[in-house]
Amino acid sequence: MRFWDEETETLEKQKLRELQLERLRKTLRRIYQKVPHYRTKFQQANVKPEDIKHIEDVNKLPFTTKEDLYVDYPFGLVTLPLDKLIRLHTSSGTTGKPKAIFFSKKDINNSAELIARCLVMTGAQRGDILQNSMTYGLFTGAFVMHYGAEKVGILVIPAGPGNTERQINLMKDFGTTMLHITPSYALYMASVIYDKGIDPRRDLKLKRAYLGAEPYSEETRKKIEDMLGIDIYNCYGLTEMNGPGVGFECKYKAGLHIWEDNFLMEIINPDTGEPLPDGEIGELVLTTLNREAMPLVRYRTRDLTRIISESCKCGRTHKRISRILGRSDDMFIVKGVNIFPQQIEQVLMSIKGVAQNYQIVLESYDEMTVKVEIDRELFDGRIEKLVRMKEEIVDKIRSTTMVKPKVELLEPGTLPISEGKAKRVIDNRTI
Amino acid sequence: MNKVYMISVFAENKPGRLERITKVLTEANINILAFSITSTNGFGVIKFMVNKWKEAFDLLKERGFTVSLNEAIGIEMKDQPGGLYEVVKILSSKGINIESASVYVAETRKRAYLIVEIEDTAKAMDILKGENLKFLNPEEIK
Repeated sequence: MRFWDEETETLEKQKLRELQLERLRKTLRRIYQKVPHYRTKFQQANVKPEDIKHIEDVNKLPFTTKEDLYVDYPFGLVTLPLDKLIRLHTSSGTTGKPKAIFFSKKDINNSAELIARCLVMTGAQRGDILQNSMTYGLFTGAFVMHYGAEKVGILVIPAGPGNTERQINLMKDFGTTMLHITPSYALYMASVIYDKGIDPRRDLKLKRAYLGAEPYSEETRKKIEDMLGIDIYNCYGLTEMNGPGVGFECKYKAGLHIWEDNFLMEIINPDTGEPLPDGEIGELVLTTLNREAMPLVRYRTRDLTRIISESCKCGRTHKRISRILGRSDDMFIVKGVNIFPQQIEQVLMSIKGVAQNYQIVLESYDEMTVKVEIDRELFDGRIEKLVRMKEEIVDKIRSTTMVKPKVELLEPGTLPISEGKAKRVIDNRTI
Repeated sequence: MNKVYMISVFAENKPGRLERITKVLTEANINILAFSITSTNGFGVIKFMVNKWKEAFDLLKERGFTVSLNEAIGIEMKDQPGGLYEVVKILSSKGINIESASVYVAETRKRAYLIVEIEDTAKAMDILKGENLKFLNPEEIK
């Protein structure tokens, strides 16, 4: 089986756009009518659902941010009465309260449907055995995958995370063919498998793994693939958008397909909110097109990526995004100016003599300190050159961000090495 | 050509940095003949002239220090009042700019060397050829 829902997955691009527009307008009418907060926001932006005549008109609509999820908390954005809601999932928030996302029966079924597409897209089928090592709980990760796999007819082992010994026994005893797991746990599990003298290629039946919930590099993927002799597929999701299955890689592993019949995606400049053309890196903004209980319009995911619009060899017409490059949440404010670590990174990477690793330390609201390791290979013993390089860093960061930084040059190897998500910004400010 | 070498080590301006570097040299039984520290806001470069420069350079590099090897010239000066003046007067008259300097005292109160790093060592030595100067022979410090 190559497709779960061939008609939708290979829908002609023009038809896909038409379907998107139809669903977008339906969603907008629904929330305008049922959600006072959306209605107010739309009125403030002087836009009505009927103003959206083309899919491009979406950029007339105001953004929804995580702060909107706390308005009239917790049911503020819900369009259905309580007795039509069957599930709550939450995601950690910054204000102390979690972000609460509600699902109707149709929503849960639909999210499982999308996962079914994803799994089949990677070659999974009836007869496969999925060991689901994500957390079953408030977090959406494990549940949605669980239902989607059952839909395909895959035998699901709801292992949950932890107890590595038992995980490995489950794999051995029941012949697990697929894992759903975080990258960091997969790495750890692979090393335990080796320590126990188990040859995964001979002693286990693993074929593939789905890794998500944490950013990881291509190098990490290759490493785990080599260690376990399996294929690893990158998956992307967020609780606000059903959880996993928003974006998923196909067999070609060249970007994650976003199910465009369910999500309208845009890439924007996170500073200005301006839409960016396909191919440019910016913040991913998603609109749910097929959600009943809690539709979200132009939701700012804070994830940085780019759209890959070229057709995929797999035959699916739904556009792809690149692996997530970082979070625009990492933005910080100094002297009233919004700054992204990526801006600093770009400056540093353009300067000769600077190594890869850097850190931004914030001690006050008026000053940022950029700590940079110098490149061992390019050191030539001349202090004037280092002084000039430091001045160049200060100048370029100032012209990019409008804030003059304090720059510290460090010996190579001084800063912690990044594993998975590098901690670039150390914010020690108290108030 | 009587070139000598200076070893330069990048160091953050923090306690213990010089100690760590000199410990490595001590353990390898390498003798420091001249040294200087240039520091600016937060970091600096420590420079050494040692008897076994190649060995010292490889060793420091292997130990993870950020190190480079730079050509230098040692110019003999009398270890007495006016010794330095006599030498730098010649250098400046020839338009040679000193990028960094340190002193190697070969015989106390008799003979010392001004060790200088300049932009183009070979060119500078060529310019200084006709002057009444004695250069430090690298063989002499081995």
